[in-house]
Amino acid sequence: MSAWTERIFCFMKKSNNYNLIGGAVICGLMLLLILIGQFYTPHDPNAIDGMNKLAAPSPAHLLGTDNLGRDIFSRVLVSLGTTFSIALCTVCIGAAAGVLIGGLTGYFGGPLDEILMRACDIVAAFPSILLALVFISLIGPGKYNVIITLGILFIPSFARITRSAFAGCKNQDYIKSARLMGAGGARLMLVHILPNTIPTLASAIAIGFNNAVLAEASMSYLGIGVQPPDASLGRMLSEAQSYLFKNPWYALSAGIPIVLLILGFSLLGDGLQRRGGSDASN
Amino acid sequence: MKYFFKKLTSLIITLFLISILAFLAFQIIPGDPAVSKLGTEATPERLEALREEMGLNRPVVVRYLIWLQEFLTGDMGTSYNYDLSVREMLGNRVPVTAALSLLSFFLIILISIPVGVLSSKNVDGLASRLTAVVNQVIMAVPPFFLGIFFTLIFGFIFQLFTPGIFVAYQESPGQFFVYLLFPALAIAIPKSAMAVKFLRGSISDELNRDYVRTAYSRGNTRTAVLYRHVLRNALIPVVTFLTMTLADIVASGIIIEQVFSIPGIGRLLLSSIGTRDYPIVQAIVVLLAFIVVLLNFITDLLYKYVDPRIKI
Repeated sequence: MSAWTERIFCFMKKSNNYNLIGGAVICGLMLLLILIGQFYTPHDPNAIDGMNKLAAPSPAHLLGTDNLGRDIFSRVLVSLGTTFSIALCTVCIGAAAGVLIGGLTGYFGGPLDEILMRACDIVAAFPSILLALVFISLIGPGKYNVIITLGILFIPSFARITRSAFAGCKNQDYIKSARLMGAGGARLMLVHILPNTIPTLASAIAIGFNNAVLAEASMSYLGIGVQPPDASLGRMLSEAQSYLFKNPWYALSAGIPIVLLILGFSLLGDGLQRRGGSDASN
Repeated sequence: MKYFFKKLTSLIITLFLISILAFLAFQIIPGDPAVSKLGTEATPERLEALREEMGLNRPVVVRYLIWLQEFLTGDMGTSYNYDLSVREMLGNRVPVTAALSLLSFFLIILISIPVGVLSSKNVDGLASRLTAVVNQVIMAVPPFFLGIFFTLIFGFIFQLFTPGIFVAYQESPGQFFVYLLFPALAIAIPKSAMAVKFLRGSISDELNRDYVRTAYSRGNTRTAVLYRHVLRNALIPVVTFLTMTLADIVASGIIIEQVFSIPGIGRLLLSSIGTRDYPIVQAIVVLLAFIVVLLNFITDLLYKYVDPRIKI
């Protein structure tokens, strides 16, 4: 590049972790919107206004109205909160159980380790949507069923990541010296190994959020997730599809927040991975 | 050879486990098939007779073996709602889903390899950085949203196809292909963004190797090194990645079929779950699971064949 372009763009160094910065910015923005949505929305998200169906965006309705006259912007705010809380619960369940299982088997090893990891491999090889569909067809649709289903589905990937992190740390010298000094199993795992696996886990959690949002949106789109009248971005998208010709803003307003949410978390996950996690495979 | 047999046994064991799990899963569903068929007003004697006839009173293991035997010989049961055999219902739809999946797969290869290679030529250049950014954004787009977006743009605005009206192959092959093109693109584009990211990473790894340095020192240009030496090695992990995505394509296909109203297996699965038509759901789930596991098996074999250095 010529000298003057170098001068202007010198702050865009490759060494800056743009993924992390970008991800943090986008996530921060979305979290702000979610928080606002918890306390205040311009209109009641469930208020039906028969006179004003499928209106285009206007100062009164920032993103227009849907087929029942409800304000889309308010619904988007509320459903961002719903999607985020579902993703949060899912990741909590998956990470808590997964870290527990992965940590224990990674530390102790043995035949149980082999069996569990084989099982995790098999489950991970499946398209998750198929498993999710089977679960839901067994226990029925609904917000909490989605959380349970996705939580269980996410356990294998967290378990694998934790297990390889723990197994890797187990043979390090500092662990051996701690053991020589008399530290027992639990202390070793909690105080010594776990803090060292946090970068990897943080990246895995961000990517887990990413997948959770996508999965929840897909399931709501298919109608087996959050049930009406609760707002959910996936569901709004599926309703918007019928009215695509009359009011394309409906579909775009429902879809773009999903993209932003996923983008934010995936950038965050990549940024964290670059910062110090080992390979968090999807 | 030993590797092949080891993987083969693993495959067979996995298939067995899947069939057992799928069978058991649908046995614990509350609800009695006999009651569903005869209605709640049937007399207990008739219910008992039907149960006897349907073989519901036999022990679980026997029922599983009977089901397995029937499944392997092609009899996948009869639908609860329609009185057709599951096999008939699947028969028309499998080719459609297969066509969609194959089209998506080829599109992924067609898009990702040129983009990946061309953007890796000059790693610090504008094209490369721009590709990285665009890539990240595209990877975050859910396939069904992309599908709706395409419906809006290509269906309504450009009128390239009529949204919602599926054209069968028998009616018009050309239109069939055009109609499937957009769902295939909706599946292919996010996946090829992933493939491009993978490929770029792989190429940049290869570019740091010693043999590349040697090639440069012997006077090869950057382009020549890229195409003649690096590409072949960099494509190895990408090939296995692509085979794995075939399974993902089938899964994404389920949702995309819903978006574009394509009469494929995915749509049948979804409607059957809604109507609680369990024989169909069971058959499709097992079928899809079998396909996925088979594809993974082929991936493993391919991996070993393509790169003899790998020791599994």
